[in-house]
Amino acid sequence: MIEIDALSKEYSGQRVVDRVSFNVAEGEIAVVVGTSGSGKTTLLRMINRLIEPTAGTVRIEGEDIGAIPAHLLRRRIGYVIQGHGLFPHRTVAQNVGTVPALLGWDRARIDRRTDELLVLFQLDPAEFRDRLPGELSGGQQQRVGVARALAAEPKLLLMDEPFGALDPIIRAKAQSDLVAIQKRFGTTIVLVTHDMEEAIQLGTRIAVMEQGRLQQYAPPAEIIAGPANPVVAELIGGDRPFRLLALGRVRDLVEPGPAAGEPVAADASLREAYAECLWSGREVLPVIDADGRSLGRIRRDDIAHRAEKPQ
Amino acid sequence: MRAGVAIRLVVLALLIAFVASPQTFAFVFQPLTRNGQPAIYLQNGLLNLTLSHLAIVAVATVASTLVAVGLAIAVTRPFGAEFLPLSRTLANVGQTFPPVAVLALAVPLLGFGTAPTLVALFLYGLLPIFENALTGLTTLPPAVTEAARGVGMTEGQRLVGVDLPLATPVILAGIRLSVVISIATATIGSTVAASTLGEVILAGLLSSNLAFVAQGGLVVAVIAVLIYDGLSALERLLAHRTGQGAR
Amino acid sequence: MSAVVAAAPRRIAVDKLGVFIAGLAVIAACLPLVAFRANRIVPGEGLSLLAALPGWQAALLALTLAAGIGLALLRTPVPVRLAASLVVLAALWLAAGAAASHLTPADDKLARVSPGSGFWLLLLAFALLAADGIARLRLGPWPRIAVLLAVASALALLLASGLWRDLSILREYSTRAESFWREAATHVVLAFGSLAAATLAGIPIGIACHRKRALRTAVLNVLNAVQTIPSIALFGLLIAPLAWVAANVPGAALLGISGIGAAPAMVALVAYSLLPVVANTVVGLAGVPAATDEAARGMGMTDWQRLTAVQLPLAFPVILAGIRIVLVQNIGLATIAALIGGGGFGVFVFQGIGQTAMDLVLLGAAPTVALAFAAAVVLDAIIELSAIREPGRD
Repeated sequence: MIEIDALSKEYSGQRVVDRVSFNVAEGEIAVVVGTSGSGKTTLLRMINRLIEPTAGTVRIEGEDIGAIPAHLLRRRIGYVIQGHGLFPHRTVAQNVGTVPALLGWDRARIDRRTDELLVLFQLDPAEFRDRLPGELSGGQQQRVGVARALAAEPKLLLMDEPFGALDPIIRAKAQSDLVAIQKRFGTTIVLVTHDMEEAIQLGTRIAVMEQGRLQQYAPPAEIIAGPANPVVAELIGGDRPFRLLALGRVRDLVEPGPAAGEPVAADASLREAYAECLWSGREVLPVIDADGRSLGRIRRDDIAHRAEKPQ
Repeated sequence: MRAGVAIRLVVLALLIAFVASPQTFAFVFQPLTRNGQPAIYLQNGLLNLTLSHLAIVAVATVASTLVAVGLAIAVTRPFGAEFLPLSRTLANVGQTFPPVAVLALAVPLLGFGTAPTLVALFLYGLLPIFENALTGLTTLPPAVTEAARGVGMTEGQRLVGVDLPLATPVILAGIRLSVVISIATATIGSTVAASTLGEVILAGLLSSNLAFVAQGGLVVAVIAVLIYDGLSALERLLAHRTGQGAR
Repeated sequence: MSAVVAAAPRRIAVDKLGVFIAGLAVIAACLPLVAFRANRIVPGEGLSLLAALPGWQAALLALTLAAGIGLALLRTPVPVRLAASLVVLAALWLAAGAAASHLTPADDKLARVSPGSGFWLLLLAFALLAADGIARLRLGPWPRIAVLLAVASALALLLASGLWRDLSILREYSTRAESFWREAATHVVLAFGSLAAATLAGIPIGIACHRKRALRTAVLNVLNAVQTIPSIALFGLLIAPLAWVAANVPGAALLGISGIGAAPAMVALVAYSLLPVVANTVVGLAGVPAATDEAARGMGMTDWQRLTAVQLPLAFPVILAGIRIVLVQNIGLATIAALIGGGGFGVFVFQGIGQTAMDLVLLGAAPTVALAFAAAVVLDAIIELSAIREPGRD
């Protein structure tokens, strides 16, 4: 889907992005993570040519983006920024319909699409379409921002700290909504964040940036298990065993056999199951599926074994 | 608020009635006259003078707005950026020029009459509008301009669809300042033979007829306050409509 | 996307603003430099640069202009451009005086030589260049005052040297030197006196408005309305009440209060000045950080101590900005006082308009503009200096 090849950006002789290369496959979420000043936002903004690279290429579906007029390129790519950037003088519906209008869709089609997206983001169209962004809560504004980016059914969505301005509870909800919508449309996403927790939770693959260089590009489990260098290890932090457990599902470790007490769901994370073991003082927990049928049990020692440093 | 609107409507009605039929109100100004002076200025008709006064202000303001906003757009685009620091300084320095001086200095170029007044109003009116348009166009919320580029608007689409609408309340505030100054300067314009309400005041000063001075002064003052008030209300409405009520 | 190579630097970089200024200057150089009139009322005859000056002086001025245009066109360093513009401006000023002396027949008291359209346009072009240079140098407050002083002294020197003696505006001056200085004094008293009165009254009103919300809305609305009333209308409207006071209040007439003259002008100027002072006092006080005020209260300061030791000092730069608006505004408005017999530089402006003698208009307008300009520069510098000392950092 996206091929980034030796991409660099220099500002007055200083390289803020230094020969970065990686590919993102169709339908994946690639999360670019790094501290502020690591060059992650510059990297993202070069994909829709808000910043022109000093050297290197970006290809989207095999096409060199340098050959496409910048504004036409951007209409094909959804873009969500921190602080949402909604147009304060346009209604929610006009905001969501921005790109379709630029692309010259007819009125009826724009209205249909806008309503569809508002429903999807749990904003009742009858109530919200004619409101101004200033009349919405922070969480609602953020959802309208994402809806606007998805309006013209882009195959690619770029997101720059999309959840940065939200409080923790709304943030968790927005993150799970994003995953659901991404699954539904199969959109490829490149998301920039400074939050490793967010990267692990959302990313199919994580690109760790530091000082303009790509330090490691791998699936979350691999990054946690085998950080390529001390810089990456530092970013992951000290609670690596728990981060590993958070990635595993109870389903993976179910074995036949009986167990007593409150059951855990097969879809729960290993971290949640381990916490339940410790809290209730049990060695084994019964496991049930989504319909409440018993699947067997899970052992505390097996979970703990999963959290050991991989060889 | 309701009472405020009612007062404004009553004042406006009184103004229109007085300008249309000043003789009816002669009794109000009679006490200010001495030695059988006329109480009402009849030379050129109060209605004519009022309309001519408003027309001069309107023409000058429309011209200043078009030119000032055009210039502000030009110097905030990349190709005009070299003129930005100078234009800021000029707008700032220009406003230290007293409007009367601008008016008086326009006379040698254009002779007496309405023309020098119009030019002085136009030139002086540019400054506040230009300054505000510049402020409006350079202090747009960065997230919004970033989003406008990000969704793939062309430079022209951004200007027309985002930048100008968002800057409109600030530009309008500049127009309001400009109009107030123009109404005042147009009044003085009658010293160079422009046909404005200043004529009534000047006639009163020359013939020591306080009734003329008072009626000319009152009409101009009421017009200025009403227009200022109306433009302020329009500005608040627009600020609200563009979702910047709190800005 | 392949590597973007930076555009190769052009051999000779041309400055966009320079092109504009050079164009303006070239046009101006073809227009008459000065106008010659047999007496002050008749229409004048425009004389070009070559006709207005003796040969070698004309050549020198032409060379200076050409050099100035060249330096403006090319992308030269800012200080060089600024210096060039100042040299050209000085040359223009000198040339105007020289042309007047050259063209006026000896012992002719009636002939008038005044700067022509070419002179004014050249002045504008190179003043633009100078202004651009000063804006780009971003001079601090003290250097700006120094530049102002330097220009003022140069001007004073020029006036004292007698080089301009034959210029029309100075001929107008010489026949009314005495009244010039009298009106100048009146003008300054009107502008600064009204400022002082408005500051003394406005700051306490502003403090009161800051504390009582209801009062604030009412006072600011009234002052706003007053500010919108055209000056001549307000002057005029004050004549009747003041005439009544003079006639009916014992002793008022002895104090110089009368219907026409300086009294209504003074009252009106004070009324105009109140809004910026009061409004800026309110804004300044409202801008005092709540935490600072809270800390002062927590340390046991009384209301009065908080006001004088914390709130007013912090609000000072904003109040000063209001005072700057008032002073510049009043220097301009004081010209209009002449229409109701209040005196000031406006006397010459309106006399000049009446006699269609533009030199006389200039005699009134030029010092007004200079005074307003100087006041703006000085007060802007003071505002900047006072803001630097402000402790609040964010």
